[in-house]
Amino acid sequence: MADLNELSEKLNGIRKEIKTELEKLESSKSVFEYKKTIFDSKTGKVGSLMREMGKIPNDMKAEYGKRVNEIKTWAQDLFDEMDEKFKAEEMRLRYESEQIDVTMPSIKPKHGYLHPNTLIRNQIVDIFGSMGFEIYEGSEIETDYYNFTALNTPDDHPARDMQDTFYLSDKFLLRTQTSAGQIHVMEAKQPPIKIISPGKVFRSDDDATHSPMFSQMEGLVVDKGITLCDLKGMLDVFVQKIFGEGTSTRLRPSYFPFTEPSVEVDVSCFQCQGKGCKLCKGTGWIEVLGAGVVNKKVLEGCGIDSDVYSGFAFGIGIERIAMLKYGINNIKHLFESDLRVLEQINE
Amino acid sequence: MLVPLSWLKDYVDIDVTVDELEEKLFSCGFEVEEKYEAGHDISKVVVGLVKECEAIPDTHLHLCKVDAGEAGVLQICCGADNVKEGGKYPLALIGATVYATAKDHKTVEGVMTIGQGKLRGYDSYGMLCSGVEIGLTEDLYEGAGYNGLLELPKECKVGEDIKPLVGLDDWIFDIAITANRPDCQSIFGIAREVAAVLGSELHEPALDYTETEVKKEGFKVTVEAPDVCPRYIGHYVYDVKIEKSPAWMRRRLALIGQTPISNLVDITNYILHELGQPMHAFDYAYLEGDQINVRRAHSEEKIVTLDEKELTLNENNLVICDGVKPVALAGIMGGLNSEILDSTNEVLFEAAKFARDNIRKSSRALGKVSDSSARYSKGVDEYTTVMAMKRALHLVEELSCGKISATEVDVNTGNSIEPSLLKVSLDRVNSVLGITVPANDIVRILKGLNFDPEVSGDELTLKVPAYREDMESYQDVAEEVIRMYGYEHIIPAFMPTAKVTLGGFDLFQRTELKIKRALCAAGASEGVHYSFFSPASLDLIRLPIDAPQRKAIKILNPINEDLSLMRTTLAPQMIQAMQRNQKKGILSGRIFEVGNIFIPGELPLQNYPKELETVCIGCFGEDEDFYSVKGLTEVIADTLNIKFEYEAFENTFLHPYRAAKIICEGEEIGYLGQVRYEIIDELDMRVDSFVAQISLDKLKKYYDKQQTFIPLPKFNEEKRDLCFVMSKKITCGQVEKVIRNSCEYITGVELFDVYEGIQLGLDKRSMAFTVTYTPKEEELKAEVIDGFVGDLLEELKEKYNIVLRS
Repeated sequence: MADLNELSEKLNGIRKEIKTELEKLESSKSVFEYKKTIFDSKTGKVGSLMREMGKIPNDMKAEYGKRVNEIKTWAQDLFDEMDEKFKAEEMRLRYESEQIDVTMPSIKPKHGYLHPNTLIRNQIVDIFGSMGFEIYEGSEIETDYYNFTALNTPDDHPARDMQDTFYLSDKFLLRTQTSAGQIHVMEAKQPPIKIISPGKVFRSDDDATHSPMFSQMEGLVVDKGITLCDLKGMLDVFVQKIFGEGTSTRLRPSYFPFTEPSVEVDVSCFQCQGKGCKLCKGTGWIEVLGAGVVNKKVLEGCGIDSDVYSGFAFGIGIERIAMLKYGINNIKHLFESDLRVLEQINE
Repeated sequence: MLVPLSWLKDYVDIDVTVDELEEKLFSCGFEVEEKYEAGHDISKVVVGLVKECEAIPDTHLHLCKVDAGEAGVLQICCGADNVKEGGKYPLALIGATVYATAKDHKTVEGVMTIGQGKLRGYDSYGMLCSGVEIGLTEDLYEGAGYNGLLELPKECKVGEDIKPLVGLDDWIFDIAITANRPDCQSIFGIAREVAAVLGSELHEPALDYTETEVKKEGFKVTVEAPDVCPRYIGHYVYDVKIEKSPAWMRRRLALIGQTPISNLVDITNYILHELGQPMHAFDYAYLEGDQINVRRAHSEEKIVTLDEKELTLNENNLVICDGVKPVALAGIMGGLNSEILDSTNEVLFEAAKFARDNIRKSSRALGKVSDSSARYSKGVDEYTTVMAMKRALHLVEELSCGKISATEVDVNTGNSIEPSLLKVSLDRVNSVLGITVPANDIVRILKGLNFDPEVSGDELTLKVPAYREDMESYQDVAEEVIRMYGYEHIIPAFMPTAKVTLGGFDLFQRTELKIKRALCAAGASEGVHYSFFSPASLDLIRLPIDAPQRKAIKILNPINEDLSLMRTTLAPQMIQAMQRNQKKGILSGRIFEVGNIFIPGELPLQNYPKELETVCIGCFGEDEDFYSVKGLTEVIADTLNIKFEYEAFENTFLHPYRAAKIICEGEEIGYLGQVRYEIIDELDMRVDSFVAQISLDKLKKYYDKQQTFIPLPKFNEEKRDLCFVMSKKITCGQVEKVIRNSCEYITGVELFDVYEGIQLGLDKRSMAFTVTYTPKEEELKAEVIDGFVGDLLEELKEKYNIVLRS
């Protein structure tokens, strides 16, 4: 290479050639391929320029290097620019070709549903579990003693008529109430006792509003100094957690052989906030559970000193809560495994 | 229990509205289930005075001008035969509601609204009414039974609302009585509570009467069964005149739906409702041997009761006998042989206390329920028994229907009717409630309830009337106080004195829930089925006669046969659940149930049976097959970090070639398979259905199995795909087991292809597996793995004659 002019001419030629060539190209891939040929260190028009450094006179070497770097940068920028342009276009086309209708139906992973009873049971367990209640599950088949006699309902007691009992033998029956579990627990341990006992119970009642099997959740607290006020306080928390913050309770006198005093517990109607609606039959209140102070005869029968300890018990109908909460209109729905029912109620 | 307000007011002054009364009763423990005005269907009916009355020629009608007071003088067409000038009758104005009657003019068919009418061309601006049309009967109002207009007394005011005049403004309360308050099973019993809650005075019904000097010589009562008849009072009444009861008594009985019969019988019924004490009257002429004997019936002894039904009795039943024969089924119903007839002229009144469970059980066993048996079943107290006899004799005198002899026999082995002393601590009473009720309020409340309270320091002394058999301890006193003081006084507290305890699910409950959630995540929804099923359920799954599942616990008194056996398997109900869904047009779905099966030791039950927790899965639809259901059982295994193995097996309700028993650690824990087509056809099911049942009880021992983390391999895993050809008789499980056991480095064996084809031979198939080798301490060189594979091939060849596919 004789002089700089010659060099300039050569480099200009390369620039021109690259420009012309690039204009012919139509994809980022061809740009990439062309770039490879141009920058190839042996054969490339730009890539091989540095190899010629040896032939350059010493006094020109610096200038030559500088010019070659310039053209390298120039070419690089140009390729980048072209590449970007093509890539953008290619992406645009790709996106366009992949256009979808977002309003078309989704593909959901199919999942199943827990039974409403399980949902309510879990909610109740969560609430009482956090208050320190253990969960005791008794057996569905019980003896007459645990279901009735030990609960202050001896054989001649009229309260037995309140419950139509399925008998299995002289001694065994299907428990009519989860209260039967109370006795097992109190026989097994001394206070403090805080349990809830969920389970299936059975009564010989089968019509539009009754199912011969349904579920209850019994609660029992026995400790020192437990009063009716504690029952009220705990039930207030419970109904607020289950039915919502604004819900309040009302106690009214009732009768269960194993509690004294006994109360029915109504909650303010969570649908109309107590104004009166169809759900609460216009009264503003809904009956949800029975409760009371544990009868001292029951405590004493289990070997618990009623002079030291007292307690309260309550019984909740799980289906009743589920039906109220989810608006299920027929208790039979809960035992038919109709997927149209089961797949409606989510956790 | 039905309580007419007018009757209640005999015993207590009530100055509050019916709504307030309902509220008060509710607050102290007596829920009014329903209350209605006696004339609730009747409106705009007034006293009309017929001023002019002219017969319309050739008809049975009269054209009347009727003075309706404020409503003016109205032209009314009337078809009744007793309409006459100057008569006063109920007049239904235009817009009034009255009862429409059938052709017999006696049967009520519905409520109708009176409009302006036209009869034979004459306008009529209302309707003159019969008693029936305004809801009255002869018993409710004298003269109302006449088939024509109801003639009203001359003195009543024209234009006045008819209701107060004929008692249609009365209110009937239907009150629920809790089982602990048998003393409130009567109108007087309710009156006592009303007096207490309103703070008004209680008026006792009159009990006085005069005995003559006449005696029934030789008459005696023997009670052979004092344990079930602690008190029996008999009183001889003679010169009896059987007649209709007076209007007031008939009206009261009619108001509570009791048909009046005759004075003597009505007295016993009246007292049953007034005081809650069932009574009976025997025609003395038909009592043989001048005696009453209360005893247990003999086996096979027979009696014909008042309703003319013959009953066969046994030792559990209590009978009232004369010297020869049973004359009444004690507490339930009298005998036909000593019934009060129009000709009766001497009677024996009976007031007794019978044990509540004896009457309850007899009544149930014999299928005979009466007002009397209902009262006795709930409990009757001796205080009321004594009171009732006095009341009956008073009424005999008041109604002048007989003379009261001096012969009263009272066999008494029962409770005293004097008040009993109950001493409790005020503190103790308040400690039940958690609040301090002021002592003077406690005294006021208990006084209102006739407990005659006295306070001395902390000691409260009560004289509990004998009819309050429920009052036994400080807890009962606390209840009496708070129900009258008001539950709104209870202040919510949060067990300030209780010890802190730990709560929540235990391992088993938590694991059960984990399994349920895992099955949900796998697309199955949870169902709940009854714990009992039908014997037909066992037939449905074709169980042989001697199958252990046939040994099920029977319910002695089932609602019906379909709900009569405690289930020993969950499968039949699951199959039926799938059937119900398919019938409703749901053609694919997954359901599971976690529930108990009941396995008895001996029958009839002498000991608690085993209640074994079991899970059952049902899947149906075109997308399901054996393997998809197997996937669900694997979900359970995965949840518990255990492995199941499967072995083909046959049972009575599963497809003979698509069923397997499930094995865990060598123990059979359940099965799965496709439901046989015969069952699918029998139940008209529409798609293939599958069922799996696994004993959770047998898996419980694995619930606490911990997961251990396996560190990631330091060296790369090597995978080899191996394709084998083998006899069709060899199962995937067998091959997999050999592969797995062939080398300690194998961590995965996965079937990825199965092929059957002519070129392999008809009795052969190929299976291709990906086998994963995971190095431990050092990298596994290809040659080493080749060596492992070589060993493996040799073993397969040797054991099952399996070769690599070429």
